[in-house]
Amino acid sequence: MISDNFTGSQATGGSHLLQPGVLDSSHGVVLYLEDITVSFDGFRALNKLSFSVDVGELRCIIGPNGAGKTTMMDVITGKTRPDSGSVFFGQTLDLSRMTEPQIAQAGIGRKFQKPTVFEQHTVFENLELALKTDKRIWHSLFGKLKGEERDSIHEILSTIALLEKTNTRAGLLSHGQKQWLEIGMLLAQQPLLLLLDEPVAGMTDQETERTAELLNTLAGKHSIVVVEHDMDFVASIARKVTVLHEGSVLAEGDMNKVQNDEKVIEVYLGR
Amino acid sequence: MSTQYQPFLLRMLGNSRWTGYAISVIFLCILIPVLNLVVPEGSLLHVSNYTVSIGGKILCYAMVALAMDLIWGYTGILSLGHGLFFALGGYACGMYLMRQVGVDGVYHSNLPDFMVFLDWKTYPWYWTGTEHFLVAMLLVVAVPGILAFVFGWFAFRSRIKGVYFSIITQALTYAFMLFFFRNETGFGGNNGFTDFKRLLGIPIATPEMRMFLFALSGLTLLLMLWMSRCIVDSKFGRVLTAIRDAESRVMFSGYNPLHYKLAIWTLSAMMCGVAGALYVPQVGIINPGEMSTANSIEIAIWVAVGGRGTLIGPLLGAAFVTGMKSWFTATFPEYWLYFLGLLFIVATLYLPDGVMGLAKKLKGKLL
Ligand SMILES: Nc1ncnc2c1ncn2[C@@H]1O[C@H](COP(=O)(O)OP(=O)(O)OP(=O)(O)O)[C@@H](O)[C@H]1O
Ligand SMILES: [Mg+2]
Repeated sequence: MISDNFTGSQATGGSHLLQPGVLDSSHGVVLYLEDITVSFDGFRALNKLSFSVDVGELRCIIGPNGAGKTTMMDVITGKTRPDSGSVFFGQTLDLSRMTEPQIAQAGIGRKFQKPTVFEQHTVFENLELALKTDKRIWHSLFGKLKGEERDSIHEILSTIALLEKTNTRAGLLSHGQKQWLEIGMLLAQQPLLLLLDEPVAGMTDQETERTAELLNTLAGKHSIVVVEHDMDFVASIARKVTVLHEGSVLAEGDMNKVQNDEKVIEVYLGR
Repeated sequence: MSTQYQPFLLRMLGNSRWTGYAISVIFLCILIPVLNLVVPEGSLLHVSNYTVSIGGKILCYAMVALAMDLIWGYTGILSLGHGLFFALGGYACGMYLMRQVGVDGVYHSNLPDFMVFLDWKTYPWYWTGTEHFLVAMLLVVAVPGILAFVFGWFAFRSRIKGVYFSIITQALTYAFMLFFFRNETGFGGNNGFTDFKRLLGIPIATPEMRMFLFALSGLTLLLMLWMSRCIVDSKFGRVLTAIRDAESRVMFSGYNPLHYKLAIWTLSAMMCGVAGALYVPQVGIINPGEMSTANSIEIAIWVAVGGRGTLIGPLLGAAFVTGMKSWFTATFPEYWLYFLGLLFIVATLYLPDGVMGLAKKLKGKLL
């Protein structure tokens, strides 16, 4: 009766061997946005935004407040539907036609700007809920946590340095720990693409450093898009930086190029 | 075999929860019946018929409170229409009881008196099969269940939330009440169903039958309690509380909240239906007044007073508020609604976790 079996969306304009509903990133591109426009009451939060992310890439997105960074993530994760333009996951998955849970199951994980964990659940339960597994009702009712699943939760707990807090309610964690727990939940989902919205906001310098290390080890295995304001942090992880301004790409390139770009200095870095 | 069996038995006895269930079963099925039926009236230990009938009512209300707690306390969806599901279960059972009256009504017709009064010659189509006990029992869960499923499907799919959802459920129960008030609807208009004679051919107004229904209600409540415990302790239950606390995170973790909400919402409605079906033969009447908006609000108050998100709290809340209500309506009937309002305000302002929260706090202070 009830099944949220992900069957995916139809590939648009597909002519030949493209298989709808199956991620195909064989061309090296994992995320592809073209001419995305989103308006809120006439105000264009995204204005013909186009850019793409390669498989295994760690991409940083910077830009002044209100540039549309969070809105872009909303579009990718299905929370906001674009007014026009297309957004694809790999070659075949049209994200603009999928629901949030379908997109998550297809392999996109997202960390919110404001840390969002399940405050009433323990740290362990938070990871258990996020874990990649059958997410349908029946399995949730009767499924049991397998030994290897328990192990992978423990592995993540040590990665995010929360082993000691395994049975602590998440609501009692510090801000930085919540951020890490949320990152841990993303890891538990085993996504192909991670979207991190200001992951180091509110972290101590030490925590920030550890997060940079973590992201550096994850890059390559996963494709990662990080939105950050903290330029030192960006410098410590970035290979390629995209600057957003007023809803479209202002500049793109390596850190050096972007930092010396006149337009970027004017609207963002110079202030 | 036996080596496995024994530790299991020992485990059960050692577990305070199972002990609690066992004591409750003995209490409901042995102690109260003996004190009511065997111990003579006038003895200090005698439990009066009046007490049994109030107790039976409270047991049914407790089921509704439990159902409400699953959807409100655990999933964060405040329904102000649960009285409707309770009433529908009651009406489904009432249809069977009306059939059981046979030709013993005032007009000695095969039809219930109100149909004779309407000058109907046959039962309308939607009464088909209700003379069969099992069909009627199926309707008891199916009617509230299907209504809840369809309503929930549209409401949850449109992502109607919070106070909007609550208001729509109020409107729903109100609309049904108006519909059931009409005589032509075929459910007895504002008088509803009453003057039941038999249940499964056995006279209904006897002390033994009263006792039987009481014990059956108690056992049903225990069963529901056990089922609810399994639900909230499973990962399914953790997803429900996660939906309550951070629905967007649930979605971005790959769960479809629609399915989870719909499942618990429908189950909750079916539990109310069962409660209504056990309630009607015990009180001997069902009428559209059960669908009044105030009734549904009272259900929410039971849960708020008892403590949302604990399974025992709402049962205590239902018992306490119902007990107070019967005391008030006997002593100062005109003040009952004021008291109820006051209770709600005190509970929300000073006892956000109800009496269970208070008990926890006191325990923490003493130890
Ligand atoms: N739901 C909404 N309704 C109306 N306006 C919105 C909505 N969401 C975003 N906006 C507007 O769109 C613009 C882009 O917002 P967005 O949150 O994407 O910016 P951002 O780049 O993430 O900024 P910040 O660095 O402050 O997080 C802002 O001007 C914001 O006010
Ligand atoms: Mg933002």
